[in-house]
Amino acid sequence: MTRSMSRRNFLSALFAAGLSLHGCSRSGRPERFHGKDLTGADFGRDFLLTGTDGKPYSLSDFGGNVVMLFFGFTQCPDVCPTALLRAAQAKELLGKDGERLQVLFITIDPERDTPGVLDAYTHAFDPSFRGLYGDLEQTARTAEHFRVFYQKVPTGSSYTMDHSAIAYVYDRRGELRLGLHYSQTAQECADDIRQLL
Amino acid sequence: MLKTSILTAAAYALCAAATAQAQVEIDEPWVRATVAQQTATGAFMRLTSRSDSALVQAESPAARHVEIHEMAMENDVMKMRQIDRISLPAGKVVELKPGSYHIMLIELSKQIKEGDHIPLTLTFQGADGKRETMRVDAPARPLAGDSKAGRGARHGHAH
Repeated sequence: MTRSMSRRNFLSALFAAGLSLHGCSRSGRPERFHGKDLTGADFGRDFLLTGTDGKPYSLSDFGGNVVMLFFGFTQCPDVCPTALLRAAQAKELLGKDGERLQVLFITIDPERDTPGVLDAYTHAFDPSFRGLYGDLEQTARTAEHFRVFYQKVPTGSSYTMDHSAIAYVYDRRGELRLGLHYSQTAQECADDIRQLL
Repeated sequence: MLKTSILTAAAYALCAAATAQAQVEIDEPWVRATVAQQTATGAFMRLTSRSDSALVQAESPAARHVEIHEMAMENDVMKMRQIDRISLPAGKVVELKPGSYHIMLIELSKQIKEGDHIPLTLTFQGADGKRETMRVDAPARPLAGDSKAGRGARHGHAH
């Protein structure tokens, strides 16, 4: 059986965060990443959010795959489509192995990102990409646990969102391993992800 | 003979006048296509002004509000701000592109599909305070297309 993390375990893990170091040791790993090595991080362990199909999802639901997780919003004209396009290109560069990459897009603007628009938006980049959302409180809690900053900024006629543009990558056992920077190319992302597949 | 020369000269003069009037050259305008229910998107282009001026206003029948925005990354955090103007120093190519400036189209009247042409009216203001308005049609590149012409245009080109 593969290791699975139930929701209850997730809560325990949340409480235990900071007390335990787990997974691989920081030393002796052969990997050289373009992104930030987050192996052993005591944050971003799991989430409990809703998929665009209305079903609840946590990280463990994607066990066995490498997961790339990105926080954003669909009204974003710039960083979010660029990051999702890069994820689609990285997946393509991985060829057949790309089938074991699951890309998740968590909205930090649930007031405007309805399940319908979130679903259409993520699928425009790749049919396998999934959009996830929570209510305002769940969104705030999840972002905090993932050390993701976001804030509403009013503009003349509307509002926009400032937000962290880092993409987290989890290995096939569900351990947080990497933070991909906005400036990394699709090829660099694919090279990093390949080491975890 | 003389008449032809005068006519030719007049034609040249007219051309020169028309060229001189266009203070700003607008290259490769495009907007990012949207999915249904998505109510905002960005427009991008390259601007080159003959003399010091600035982009001070943008309008489009495709959106209720149009704003000029600047994006900046600070410690892996993306920040977007509405700005009053984009300065266009004489002869310098200023790019409105992902990761930098963009024109934000807010409250779109309908979904923008790949290949649609979105009219934009841009107002430039010269150092002398004079305003000039220019209209461009910006084709829509796919939402999941590359911001650089190559990949996005691959879908855009007709077979």
